[in-house]
Amino acid sequence: MATKQTNSLARLMMAPSVILLLVWMVVPLAFTLWFSFQQYNPLNPIRDGFVGFSNYLLFFNNPAFIASIINTLLLVVSVLLITVIGGILLALLLDQPMWGQGFVRILVISPFFVMPPVAALVWKNMLMHPGYGVFADMARFFGLQPIDWFAQYPLFSIILIVAWQWLPFATLILLTSLQSLDGEQKEAAEMDGAGVLSRFCYLTLPHLARAITVVVLIQTIFLLSIYAEILVTTNGGPGYASTNLPFLVYQKALLEFKIGQASAGGIIAVILANIVAFFVMRYAGRNLDR
Amino acid sequence: MARAVTTRHRTIATVAAWIVALLIFFPILYTIITSFKSEAEAIQGFSLIPSGTIESYAEVEAQRGYFHFFLNSVILSVGSTVLALIIAVPAAWAMAFSPTRRTKDVLMWMLSTKMMPAVAVLFPIYLIFRNLGLLDSRIGITVMLMLINLPIVVWMLYTYFREIPGEILEAARMDGASLWGEIIYVLTPMAIPGIASTMLLNIILAWNEAFWTLRLTTANAAPLTAFISSFSSPEGLFWAKLSAASTLAIAPILIMGWFSQRQLVRGLTFGAVK
Repeated sequence: MATKQTNSLARLMMAPSVILLLVWMVVPLAFTLWFSFQQYNPLNPIRDGFVGFSNYLLFFNNPAFIASIINTLLLVVSVLLITVIGGILLALLLDQPMWGQGFVRILVISPFFVMPPVAALVWKNMLMHPGYGVFADMARFFGLQPIDWFAQYPLFSIILIVAWQWLPFATLILLTSLQSLDGEQKEAAEMDGAGVLSRFCYLTLPHLARAITVVVLIQTIFLLSIYAEILVTTNGGPGYASTNLPFLVYQKALLEFKIGQASAGGIIAVILANIVAFFVMRYAGRNLDR
Repeated sequence: MARAVTTRHRTIATVAAWIVALLIFFPILYTIITSFKSEAEAIQGFSLIPSGTIESYAEVEAQRGYFHFFLNSVILSVGSTVLALIIAVPAAWAMAFSPTRRTKDVLMWMLSTKMMPAVAVLFPIYLIFRNLGLLDSRIGITVMLMLINLPIVVWMLYTYFREIPGEILEAARMDGASLWGEIIYVLTPMAIPGIASTMLLNIILAWNEAFWTLRLTTANAAPLTAFISSFSSPEGLFWAKLSAASTLAIAPILIMGWFSQRQLVRGLTFGAVK
């Protein structure tokens, strides 16, 4: 029943958001695309100019690039596996009747609200420090050699920290979904003599499918751009052992001033994110139709 | 008989859940405990009982000027959220109450901007900020945080506004209310809870943002994310101070977070899971 007047008013109300986001998306990205075909170094302006695809070739031929792609994927997939499987188990546990459920929930969700630098530094220093950390104290208590986590298993250490940050998110979403499962259905299945395992496989898991998809998609967006956790712990090292794609691009751009290569890396990151975004959008779009 | 099984079941579930929950919460708990130790105590080995000194809190302020960074965090997160709301409320409003064929596409496109990796635009943004003199300025970072959270704000508000029944609007129109009258007197009171939840979640997200706040600030506009990161330099072990600073940095957000669990689920899943 919208009149012409309300329609144009509606357009006016949407304009600021649309224009801002359009500018924010198009202008910097256009710059990056342009830079990715340029030789550009702010410290050495003499050799600037168009260089075709050579930045991309340089980036691809850099051993750090392959390492960073592998690390990025390892980081994303490992954290997803830990948080989704751990999240399902934890959600099933928290869904049981118990005393103090509200308080348990508060404890479990808390790590999600801890800012990344705090999470990473607390784990690095107070838990995983080879000399004074809690893990080292525990190892010595059991008569074992303390592990120098960030020197021996740099990427795994970061995976552990990031999984700790995101496990609460997965748990919370899955628990919310679990609580919307029809109790009568569960009882009916129980009366029909369905065992715990078959009830989980044929009733609970299909019900959770939607929430699991959401968890995987949302987390992937954030996990593809992990940055602060690496910066304050390993700084990408030793070597490139814990460098992911965002961190490599940051190093190229702001530490080495190889703007062309950094921009090529940025465009590759965009392509990677777009593959994920495609699935997110399809999912969100379907959800909007209901 | 069923009763007995239930009680046993409940006891086992309670014990298991509490153990797991305490393990997950342990790093935060240990940070709070360590913040009440002296530096010497902090590296003396595992201990859950601090001496209760508050010297670390005093030193974090005296030596490193903690409050300046805390204030920046408050200004940046609240400022960017308020700015985002001013821009997003009319947009979400229009999309919820005068939807057109393209509304869905616009929403989807807005969401897609959220998926652009920050590193892809790191250098252009850095360059633009430098040339406009916005590096390390509160205004620059506020606008930046507003932009990266704007899509989520629009989406969240949209999902809340859409639940306001349209009949109320029609009734108001029959009574001769103008469009602005409708908005101010009829719908705003109904929209307040949704706007409040959106605000809460976005303050949390902005407070914890740790890419742009680290790269575009140095001192003047640096919030707590940058302050805490400065503890990563290997200039010595200042764990009690790190713990005190961390405790202060996460406490307000942790408490806000506990109150916003539902909104968090809703906001971050774009209304797909409620």
